[in-house]
Amino acid sequence: MRLTFTVNGRQQEADDVWEGESLLYVLRERMGLPGSKNACEQGECGSCTVRLDGVPVCACLVAAGQVQDREVVTVEGLADYARQRAEGGCGTGACGTSLDDAKRWQSKPADGRTGEAGAFPQQLSAIQRAFIDAGAVQCGFCTPGLLVAADELLERNASPSDEDIREALSGNLCRCTGYEKILDAVRLAAARTEEAV
Amino acid sequence: MGATRIPGNITQGSTAKGGIGESTLRPDGTLKVTGEFAYSSDMWHEDMLWGFTLRSPHAHAEIKSIDTSEALAQAGVYAVLTYDDLPTDVKNYGLEIQDTPVLAHGRVRHHGEPVALVAADHPETARRAAAKIKVEYVQLPVVHDEQTALAEDAPLLHPGRDDHHAGHVPHPNVVHRQPIHRGDVAAARARADVIVSGEYVVGMQDQAFLGPESGLAVPAEDGGVDLYIATQWLHSDLRQIAPVLGLPPEKVRMTLSGVGGAFGGREDLSMQIHACLLALRTGKPVKIVYNRFESFFGHVHRHPAKLWYEHGATKDGKLTHMRCRIVLDGGAYASASPAVVGNASSLSVGPYVIDDVEIEAVALYTNNPPCGAMRGFGAVQACFAYEAQMDKLAAELGMDPVEFRRLNAMSQGTLLPTGQVVDSPAPVAELLRRIKAMPLPPERQWETAGESADVRALPGGLSNTTHGEGVVRGVGYAVGIKNVGFSEGFDDYSTARVRLEVVGGEPVAVVHTAMAEVGQGGVTVHAQIARTELGVTQVTIHPADTQVGSAGSTSASRQTYVTGGAVKNTCEAVREKVLELGRARFGSYHPAWATAELLLESGKVVTDGGEVLADLVEVLEGEAIDLELEWRHRPTEAFDLHTGQGNGHVQYSFAAHRAVVEVDTELGLVKVVELACAQDVGRALNPLSVVGQIQGGTTQGLGLAVMEEIVVSKEAKVRNPSFTDYLIPTILDTPTIPVDVLELADEHAPYGLRGIGEAPTLSSTPAVVSAIRAATGLALNRVPVRPEHLTGT
Ligand code: FES
Ligand code: FES
Repeated sequence: MRLTFTVNGRQQEADDVWEGESLLYVLRERMGLPGSKNACEQGECGSCTVRLDGVPVCACLVAAGQVQDREVVTVEGLADYARQRAEGGCGTGACGTSLDDAKRWQSKPADGRTGEAGAFPQQLSAIQRAFIDAGAVQCGFCTPGLLVAADELLERNASPSDEDIREALSGNLCRCTGYEKILDAVRLAAARTEEAV
Repeated sequence: MGATRIPGNITQGSTAKGGIGESTLRPDGTLKVTGEFAYSSDMWHEDMLWGFTLRSPHAHAEIKSIDTSEALAQAGVYAVLTYDDLPTDVKNYGLEIQDTPVLAHGRVRHHGEPVALVAADHPETARRAAAKIKVEYVQLPVVHDEQTALAEDAPLLHPGRDDHHAGHVPHPNVVHRQPIHRGDVAAARARADVIVSGEYVVGMQDQAFLGPESGLAVPAEDGGVDLYIATQWLHSDLRQIAPVLGLPPEKVRMTLSGVGGAFGGREDLSMQIHACLLALRTGKPVKIVYNRFESFFGHVHRHPAKLWYEHGATKDGKLTHMRCRIVLDGGAYASASPAVVGNASSLSVGPYVIDDVEIEAVALYTNNPPCGAMRGFGAVQACFAYEAQMDKLAAELGMDPVEFRRLNAMSQGTLLPTGQVVDSPAPVAELLRRIKAMPLPPERQWETAGESADVRALPGGLSNTTHGEGVVRGVGYAVGIKNVGFSEGFDDYSTARVRLEVVGGEPVAVVHTAMAEVGQGGVTVHAQIARTELGVTQVTIHPADTQVGSAGSTSASRQTYVTGGAVKNTCEAVREKVLELGRARFGSYHPAWATAELLLESGKVVTDGGEVLADLVEVLEGEAIDLELEWRHRPTEAFDLHTGQGNGHVQYSFAAHRAVVEVDTELGLVKVVELACAQDVGRALNPLSVVGQIQGGTTQGLGLAVMEEIVVSKEAKVRNPSFTDYLIPTILDTPTIPVDVLELADEHAPYGLRGIGEAPTLSSTPAVVSAIRAATGLALNRVPVRPEHLTGT
C-alpha cells in the first residue's frame, strides 16, 4: 500500500508498504529516520516512543496503515517541535518545517560530524541539552524514546515532582544508567525552562 | 535515503574541554540525543537484503534431515544456508574452546540453537521463508543440572572433546574445574567457636542490553567483506570469523557501529558470521537485526549457580576458615565458562582475611542455554553466598554485621586464597564505615510526610496496593571484590594510534583505537587523556575498526585501565617526537629546550616552570606525528590446576552497598527505598561517568535480587524470552542511589585509576536480600527473591 503522513512537520510518502509493517519499521527503514529505536518490538521498552497527533505511543505497536494522514513527531524532529512550541507556534508540529530545518535532521553524510555538546545549543531542545549535561546518556539506546516521553511530560507539567517523573517514564526501560541521571536531566530541563520564562 | 549509513569520525573540542579528572561531557552526546548516532541496527545500504536465523525448538535433538526447497522457492528469497553450505573446514567457533557450531550439524544442544539462515528482500519474507524450512528432529534426553549431567549414563554434550581442559576434568560434562587449597582447614576448623553453612542459589540473569544484536555485512570487490557490527571486541570476533569464511583476516574489515549496551552479552559472536556468509553467497549487503525474542536466544547469559559454603569464627569475631563448592551451569557450549570458574574460585573468599580455605568451582556442560560473560563474571554469584554467610555468622555471634565484616576486612598486603598479595590499597573497612555513616532515609514517609506523602513510593507503587499496612522496613549491608582485567596469564594488551597534526591553524589529536564503546564512556576518557597529555583542545575520535591493532575486550572493567593506558602511552611517545622536532627547530634559541622538563599545555611547549618556548603549530610546521603502539599491564600467571596457587590477577575493585527496603509482607512486594554505594575508584578520570557506572551497575544487581531470571524448564526450554516476562528494573523499581566515591590511587595503574564497571554489580544484590531478610526474618537463600518466597504461598 501507499502511505502518506506527516513526519516532523513534513509530508512523507512510502510505497509498497506491506500491511503488517509497523510505524517503527516505516520510519526506520523506509524514511531514513532510525532515531526511534527498536529495543523490543513488543511494546515493553519505550525506546520507539514517538508522538502521534501529539500523544506518545510505542511506534512498534502502531500498524503503519493507522498513521495515514496523521502527524508524527520523532526524536529527529524534537528540537524543532520544542522550538515551535516555545514560539507559540503549532504544538502538533503540523505547521511545517522549513527545508533548512528538515535537512538538519535528515541523515547527514557520515564523516566530519561533530559530537560537540555545546556547538549548537540553540538547535537542541531543553530536554536534549539536559540529557547531555546531566550524564543521562550512556549507550543512548533508550535516549530517543525517553526524550520524547520526557518532553511530553514537561509540556503537560512544567514542574513535575520526582514521583510524577517516575510515573511518566515508567514505560521507558534503560539498562545502563540506573535512572538517577535521567531524573536529574528532567529536573534540570524543568528548572532551566522555568528560569527562562 | 543516502546510499549507506555507517559510523564516522566524532570531533570534540571547540567548546567542550576537559582533561582527566574533569566531568567532560560525552563526545557522542549530541548525536545520541538527536537520533543521528548510527547504531548497528541502523546500518543501511541500498539494495541490502535481510537475514533471518532459523533456530531449534528443542533443547537436545538429532537432526535427521533439512529440506530447504520450499523456502528457496519463495519469491524474494535470495539464499538459504545450512551446515552443508559452510565454505571451509572450520565450522565451529568459540572464545576459548571452539565448540560452538556456526550452524547445527546433525545435532542441536540447546533451545534456540541456529540451524539455517535465510536472506530475502524484506525481513518478513525472510521470516516466512524460514518457517518453510522442514527440519526433521528426533528428540534426545536432556541434562539440565549437576545430577543429570554427571550421571553415569549421562548423554555427553561434546563426546571426544580434546580441548585443553579435557584432560583434567572429572567428567566430560565438566567444562573446567578449579580447586584452591591454602592453609590447614581441619586445624582452623577446630579453633572455631561457631560454624555456619548454607546452600545458595543464583538464577540465570540476562544482560538485557537494549540495542539488539545486529549488523550489516557488505561484500567487497576484492572478495572480502566489510562488516559493521556491535561487539565488545572487534579483533576477537575477527579471529573467529575469518577462518569460517575462508578469508585472510585483512579481507574481513570490521567497523564498530553504535552499541546499545553490552554487559558481557556481546563477548561471544551472534550474527556476525551469519551475515557475512549470506553476503558472500548472495553478493549483496545483508543486514540482520534480532528482535527481543530472538535476542534472548542470541547471546549467552549469566551462569546460574548453586553454592555451598561453610565458615567458622571465634567468639571474638575472627574468621577461622572457609570451605565452599560452587557449581556453575555453563549450558551447551563453553563460551567464557573456564574464566568464570577461575574468577568464582579465586574470589570466593570475598574481601576478607581467611588463611585456611578449601575451594572448588566447576562449570558444567548441560542442555540449558549457554552461559558466559556478564558484568561481575563469577564474582557476583560468590558474593551473594559469602555475604549471606557473613550475616549469618554475625547473627550467630551476636555482633553487628558491619562491625563483624570490618573486623575481618582485607587490606593492602592481605593474601588471596591463591597466595597472591594484594599490593594496592584495599579500603574494605573504610568503605563499610562510610556506607554505614550515610544518613538513612526517613521511616514511614507515608505517615510522616503528611500532605506530600505519595503512595507511589510504597511497595506495589502505581498499583496502589497498600497505604502502609503490613509494610516493614529492613536495612542490609554487603561488600565485594572484583578483579580488573583479564587474569590467569592472558596477554591482555591494547593498542592505540595517535596522530597529532595542524588542521585549520589549530593542533588536533586524532585518537584511533579498536576499543568498543558500548556506552561506558571510553571515548570521552580517550579525548580527556589526549588533551591532558598533548595540551590540545580539539580531539577527533576515529571510528573503532580492525585497521588498527587490538584493544582487547570491553569487559572485566578493563578498558579505561588498558586502552586508556595505551592512549596515554602513545600520547607520551607522540609528545617525545614533538619535543624532538622542537629541539631540532628551536633548540638553539633557548637553553631550556635542552635542560628543562618540557610539557605540552594549551597548544604550547612550556617548561615545568611555566615558561612558553614555542607554539605547537610552529613546532609541527605542517608535519603530522602519527604513532601506533601496544601497551601492556603487569603480566599475570595461570592458577595451578591442583592447588589454585598463582599470581593470577592484575588489580581489584571494591564496592560496598547499604540497602533500605520496605516489604509488604501480605503481598510479598518489595520496594527498595534507597541503595547507597561507596566505592574506591583509585582515580576518577571522569567523575560524572564514574557515578553513572556505579548507579547502573547497582541497578543491575537490584534486578538480580528481586526480579530478573530466565526461567528454564526441566526440558531445558526457555520460558520467558520477552520483556513482558523477563523483568528488568524500571524507573519505578529503582530507588535513589547515593554514591560516595573514594580515590586511593593504585600506583601500578595509569593515573592510579581502578577499573570500576563491575564492582557495584556484586554487592548490590546481597545488600538488597540482606535488607529483605532483616525486614521479614526469612532465610532467603535464593535470588531473585519472588513474592511467593516472602508470603510462603
Ligand atoms: S521497541 Fe517499541 S516498545 Fe520496545
Ligand atoms: S543509556 Fe543504555 S539503555 Fe539507557
